[in-house]
Amino acid sequence: MSKQLAIDRIRCDGRGMCAELLPELISLDDWGYPMIASGWVPDQLSAQAERAVRSCPVLALALRSVPVPEDP
Amino acid sequence: MSRLRLLSGPDLAAGSEALNAHVQRLGPLPAVGPGLFDSVERSGLTGRGGAAFPVARKWRAVSAAGGGGALIVNGAEGEPQSFKDRTLMSLRPHLVLDGALLAARAVRASSVVLYIGEEHRTAQVTMARAVAERPEHELRHGRVVLAPARYVAGESSAAVNLLNADIASPTTRPPSPHEGGGGRLPTLVQNVETLAQVALIARYGADWFRLAGRRGAAGTILMTVAGAVTSPGVVEVEAGISVREVLELAGGATQQVTAVLLGGYFGSWVDAASAWDLPLDASMLRERGLTLGCGVVGFLPVTSCGVCETARIMEYLASESSAQCGPCFFGLRALATTSGRIAQGIADPGDLARLERWSREVRGRGACHHPDGAAGLLQSALTAFATEFQSHPAHMGSQVA
Amino acid sequence: MSDQLLWYTTRGAGAVSLVLLTLVVVLGVLSSLRYQASGWPRFLTPGLHRNVALVTVAFTGLHVVAAVVDPFTSLGWVSALIPFSSYYRTFWLGLGTISAELVAAIVVTSLLRRFVGRTAWRAVHWVAYASWPLGVLHGVGTGTDAWSAWLLGLTIACVAVVGLATVYRFIAGASDPLAVPRADFRARAAKRAQS
Repeated sequence: MSKQLAIDRIRCDGRGMCAELLPELISLDDWGYPMIASGWVPDQLSAQAERAVRSCPVLALALRSVPVPEDP
Repeated sequence: MSRLRLLSGPDLAAGSEALNAHVQRLGPLPAVGPGLFDSVERSGLTGRGGAAFPVARKWRAVSAAGGGGALIVNGAEGEPQSFKDRTLMSLRPHLVLDGALLAARAVRASSVVLYIGEEHRTAQVTMARAVAERPEHELRHGRVVLAPARYVAGESSAAVNLLNADIASPTTRPPSPHEGGGGRLPTLVQNVETLAQVALIARYGADWFRLAGRRGAAGTILMTVAGAVTSPGVVEVEAGISVREVLELAGGATQQVTAVLLGGYFGSWVDAASAWDLPLDASMLRERGLTLGCGVVGFLPVTSCGVCETARIMEYLASESSAQCGPCFFGLRALATTSGRIAQGIADPGDLARLERWSREVRGRGACHHPDGAAGLLQSALTAFATEFQSHPAHMGSQVA
Repeated sequence: MSDQLLWYTTRGAGAVSLVLLTLVVVLGVLSSLRYQASGWPRFLTPGLHRNVALVTVAFTGLHVVAAVVDPFTSLGWVSALIPFSSYYRTFWLGLGTISAELVAAIVVTSLLRRFVGRTAWRAVHWVAYASWPLGVLHGVGTGTDAWSAWLLGLTIACVAVVGLATVYRFIAGASDPLAVPRADFRARAAKRAQS
């Protein structure tokens, strides 16, 4: 299982905690809203990603486990 | 006015076609069976609301999710330049209603909702009169919901949201309306033109549908021709027709054309030379990185300025943001203000670079596609009007529209 | 000696709980204002707000346990759980019971936030605001030495700080930059007449 960050853009309020806790994958635009790197969350950042998700005061960020498609 | 199938029949000046004339011309409403799904699928019919999603696939998804939700007949037509949906509802309301009944029965929808723009009075009147003529119980118990005059009101999740939460603002996906979820039954949202096509496919079959169309495209499409043309308005053309041919159908250009806006405000600017031979079909344009959108094609004359037009459109799109997502609201506002500055000739040195960065950054960061559409329009303008953006003089408000 | 110890523990833990709860309120205000400074990233403020709340639970728990276990008070466990069921200073003690239970409610729902859901959590959080004034009143009304200089001074300081924070919060206005434009859009995108 690989993990992916998912964000609810309507709930997101631009608080910016996620970017502080996971700068490797999340940066903020000119108005403080997150820009999230697409793709899988590397295993070594998994714990940090969980922490970033928990830190969101409006529960806009989520970490989804997605089954990796099998090679044909 | 060019009319082939949807608009064929009595003279258009005669107004909306009554039920008895409609039945006399086309026969009664066909029954719904498994054959209908197959016909729609084999016809290759795609949605005419802008997304061009395969209709049969959507129906199967709604059916698979259990049906039981509403069918929203989407005639909201939020795009200000587009007139095709209003025109269709004003002239051939029974085609739309036939299609609505067929779709509702096919996916076992529990109710039919007619979604019409609050300012589109003629369409409201003709559709209401047409419903009153009909015996079918789905229409007897159906209702009309007026779409607020906002650009995003026609977006399918906004339509569903208006029914459920009384506000026509888009909602987060997933789940999409046809999947249901969140306590909501799967809702089928279908554009009025799409439903009208279904009404004909049900009568004449998929092979008949595919008889029309050029260069491998299938069927006919309604287009709104706008800008520097002799006879602007709605035309019905074969899918795959070229931009040049559509211009001729609209009576030709009134002045020399420098650029074409393809697909409305969520579409793309294309310089005239590249535009003439483009095929007007959703999938063919998508292959070229362009979009048919809701079928608006606008011709920009040499006396108008692409930068100024773009700035005006960006200002409109920015003001139409539902302000639910920061990247969209602030991003589009910045794009509008900055392109406006360039249009007025008072640009700052870094403005062009900022436009490029912001339009790149805003993509995909809204709950709906509003920011994507706006960013796409701006990016196409930056390409099509590259030299004009680099060195734009102040027009001092004296430009000829 | 041990009786004195329990009594001091009750008073001490109660005073500490008041100070901590005051700190929780102030941190909550700073969080809603998205406080940030160089060297103080934004995630610290709500993080501390949550952690101090947890510590408050610990000290409040200690305060309650010490008070109940103390043989010199005739408080049973019932009076610790059911408001206004004690004989001793029924009203003022009851306020404290409610205050403690509100803090417990917000902490538990916060820990289980993902399951509770945002709407329910926000409702509990709103009601939990009452825990602070109730705690202050409880302290003023029940302490046998509530009017001793140090406790009075402490109470006044806590009230002043929360008063300032509240005023500041109202002056600062909406911290959500989209509040006004969103309301504006909704006003014009609402459902109107239908047949």
